[in-house]
Amino acid sequence: MSKKNITLSVNGQTHTTEAEPRELLIHVLREQLEITGPHIGCETSHCGACTVEIDGRSVKSCTLFAVQAQGKEITTIEGLGNPDKLHVLQEKFKEHHGLQCGYCTPGMITRAHRLLEENPNPTEEDVRFGIAGNLCRCTGYQNIVKAVMAAAEELNQPEAVA
Amino acid sequence: MSAAAETVQERQAKLKGLGTSRKRVEDARFTQGKGNYVDDIKMPGMLFGDFVRSQHAHARVKSIDTSAALALPGVIAVLTAKDLEPLSLHWMPTLAGDKQMVLADGKVLFQGQEVAFVVAEDRYIAADAVDLVKVEYEELPVLVDPFKAELPDAPILREDIADSTEGAHGPRRHPNHIFTWEQGDKAATESILDEAEVVAEEMVYYHRTHPCPMETCGSVASMDKVNGKLTLWGTFQAPHVVRTVASLLSGIAEHNIRVVSPDIGGGFGNKVGVYPGYVCSIVASIVTGQPVKWIEDRMENLSATAFARDYWMQGKIAATKSGKILGLWCHTTADHGAFDACADPTKYPAGFMNICTGSYDIPTAYLAVDGIYTNKAPGGVAYRCSFRVTEAAYFIERMIEVLAIKLDMDAAELRAINFVKKEQFPYQSALGWEYDSGDYHTAWNKALEAVDYHGLRRQQAQQVEDFKAGNTRKLMGIGLCHFTEIVGAGPVKNCDILGMGMFDSCEIRIHPTGSALARLGTISQGQGHATTFAQILASEIGISADDITIEEGDTDTAPYGLGTYGSRSTPVAGAATAMAGRKIRAKAQMIAAYLLEVHDNDLEWEVDRFVVKGAPERFKTMKEIAFASYNQAIPGVEPGLEAVSYYDPPNMTYPFGAYICVMEIDVDTGVSDIKQFYALDDCGTRINPMIIEGQVHGGLTEALAIALGQEIAYDELGNVKTGTLMDFFIPTSWETPNYQTDYTETPSPHHPIGAKGVGESPNVGGVPAFSNAINDAFRAFGLTHTHMPHDHWRIWKTAKQLGLHG
Repeated sequence: MSKKNITLSVNGQTHTTEAEPRELLIHVLREQLEITGPHIGCETSHCGACTVEIDGRSVKSCTLFAVQAQGKEITTIEGLGNPDKLHVLQEKFKEHHGLQCGYCTPGMITRAHRLLEENPNPTEEDVRFGIAGNLCRCTGYQNIVKAVMAAAEELNQPEAVA
Repeated sequence: MSAAAETVQERQAKLKGLGTSRKRVEDARFTQGKGNYVDDIKMPGMLFGDFVRSQHAHARVKSIDTSAALALPGVIAVLTAKDLEPLSLHWMPTLAGDKQMVLADGKVLFQGQEVAFVVAEDRYIAADAVDLVKVEYEELPVLVDPFKAELPDAPILREDIADSTEGAHGPRRHPNHIFTWEQGDKAATESILDEAEVVAEEMVYYHRTHPCPMETCGSVASMDKVNGKLTLWGTFQAPHVVRTVASLLSGIAEHNIRVVSPDIGGGFGNKVGVYPGYVCSIVASIVTGQPVKWIEDRMENLSATAFARDYWMQGKIAATKSGKILGLWCHTTADHGAFDACADPTKYPAGFMNICTGSYDIPTAYLAVDGIYTNKAPGGVAYRCSFRVTEAAYFIERMIEVLAIKLDMDAAELRAINFVKKEQFPYQSALGWEYDSGDYHTAWNKALEAVDYHGLRRQQAQQVEDFKAGNTRKLMGIGLCHFTEIVGAGPVKNCDILGMGMFDSCEIRIHPTGSALARLGTISQGQGHATTFAQILASEIGISADDITIEEGDTDTAPYGLGTYGSRSTPVAGAATAMAGRKIRAKAQMIAAYLLEVHDNDLEWEVDRFVVKGAPERFKTMKEIAFASYNQAIPGVEPGLEAVSYYDPPNMTYPFGAYICVMEIDVDTGVSDIKQFYALDDCGTRINPMIIEGQVHGGLTEALAIALGQEIAYDELGNVKTGTLMDFFIPTSWETPNYQTDYTETPSPHHPIGAKGVGESPNVGGVPAFSNAINDAFRAFGLTHTHMPHDHWRIWKTAKQLGLHG
């Protein structure tokens, strides 16, 4: 199958690569660009392990062709924080034991990030509804919800805004 | 010395040892997307393998034409049973003493069975080639109902062993019969049933389901032909056993095989077994000389690897009119699918199902389990449970409820009357176990009080009145459960897997500057071993957990162990860790005695140091001792500070718990709503309360899934009806409640630190609690028992059958 040239902006970095029109974004991210934070859990867009942000929306990258992301701004877990300065959500997931095996975690945090961008003051119900597209088999969600609420609270502290 | 200024308590806190809610050391990499799971592995020249699978549940394979697939550019090889046969790899042994086809050998026995293995340059080409392999089938009659397996017109499934009247677990009475396993006293139990004042009977079905971890199974095999070494990375809950099996199967000497379990994205029993994909990736790498990756997709995962449960448990329970239980009888029909691939210790073909007398002092009992072949996927794994303990707990906790109805008695009171009493431990059960320790009444009373049990019952009675008066369409159910688990397999004298005794191990090296590396025979799949095992060790050797690295999963470096499942890591490897730590301390004491010029009996251990008795200012810290062990010539003492322990536990451990679920059911829609869930766990000594609580939350949510909707369902042709996450229920954050956790602490008397294991308790106890709540909601309207999974449709149907829809 003939390949197309595509240009993707991932975590602020521009990548030019080739992909078949049928190639899924998750495979291009993971196998060509070696961005392995997003995972594959179901291939049917139910589990959310592959969640990334594209132009300010949460997208399950297992059900999007890479060519559809041509020219778009993509953010993955790798773009949210770094070892020197973790994102507040990353800190709070650690602090509140919001993860166990870690497989859903990149997608979960990426989704929670978008949720808090859209709704900086969520109720517990808002969080539970807002992350319901991301499955976790280990935690029972209780500590994930706690971590997201704690992150929202910290992000809303006046000093955190700067 | 500056350290002397610190109090004992301050030094203790610095260790972050037992009982500390230490934050997890694993989380830094996982929260930053830097975990290393098997599908993250990328190697030069790596090829991808993919399976051609059977769409039929039972068919003869007439021919396989691979020519079109092989002609596709990028396809390197297509393996069939014919290619594997010269290597004797077309079949492989299962963990249960049976054998299983690696690739279809003449016939297929379940939908999704592996028929051919395509190897290609990338996963897209491999998928294309799978479609190009032409397989001609001749369909055969399908057997999906285990109760029809021995009827005269039943198709014979396993022609390879049709004439064999002796199986791995004794006589076989029919070609579709695998084994009969009997425990207890049949005659005595039946005579008690004949004479008892009250006998309650019920068929309790624990339906087929699947562990479904977020990460599916997979492997990368790399045969280095220059050095003759095979490296196999994969989703293995028991990497050392995989190495031994790989060596036995392939003929490659065991020292030339390195098996690595990288980060594992959840296991829950799914990753204990050996699957055809692992074998095919190895063969393909040997054939091509290149690394070969195999990763199953979700549909393959749900339909071909590792189902769990599927036990039809016919029960009879005898009691006096006042509720004292006299005897328990159980006959189980176990649907094992096409190959007996249960993950049980060899001598236990039905696992520890004989823990089915539960938390109760039942003097006489009998259990028989018949294993049956059907045209379904092989498995029978312990999905977040210790070898059929979930089935046992569900059975007894339903039977108690059924008996309570028959006696017209409160089910909480009936339990309390029959609990094994604190003073009866160690308790010999009628079915052969020795319960190590427990205090059931204390836990039970604490639970009842915490939820105001009697208040809940009054509220429920009021709601029934309101319902009858037409003021509400909702009913309230109170689901009770007091479970006893049996985990930590296990003593080598009676527990082995493929002949390997179920000990476990820990090897410790103390570095000159006083930090440490410990390696274990287990492998974490999310349990947080790198965090908790360091805590066990910190308390034993007085080095802060933050200064101890824990490694697992690489068979070239870790000591041999049987892996992580059946809540065995803490009871067995945790014990090995403590024992190895004690060896370190014993040597450290000799070194300290030399340095302080006293007899070693004149020293006592205090948190992180040896102190001269009666002279507290004279001491050597573990850090000082570590350095001395590397730079002092101590007469009669070898340099260095290392230890290894292979721990063979004297007994299993018996965690227990008291769970109460309050559920509301909408009679007209069948929708259930969890109003409250209280979970009290007693897992003995608590190593890390934060992690225990996390395990309980997760296990309860898996229990919720199973009880309320999750199943692997087949139609009459053997088609899998629940092959994607659209149909296979995994609760989201939306339908999962907040849980209220609690504990009592009854240490195990035989475990070095008294710990019992907790990971599986919430699944074992949770399923009966959820199911009992649904059943209990309808008790006032004449329901005795209804089968799981209690999805909305089934609940609605129950309400309709009880005439509640008017």
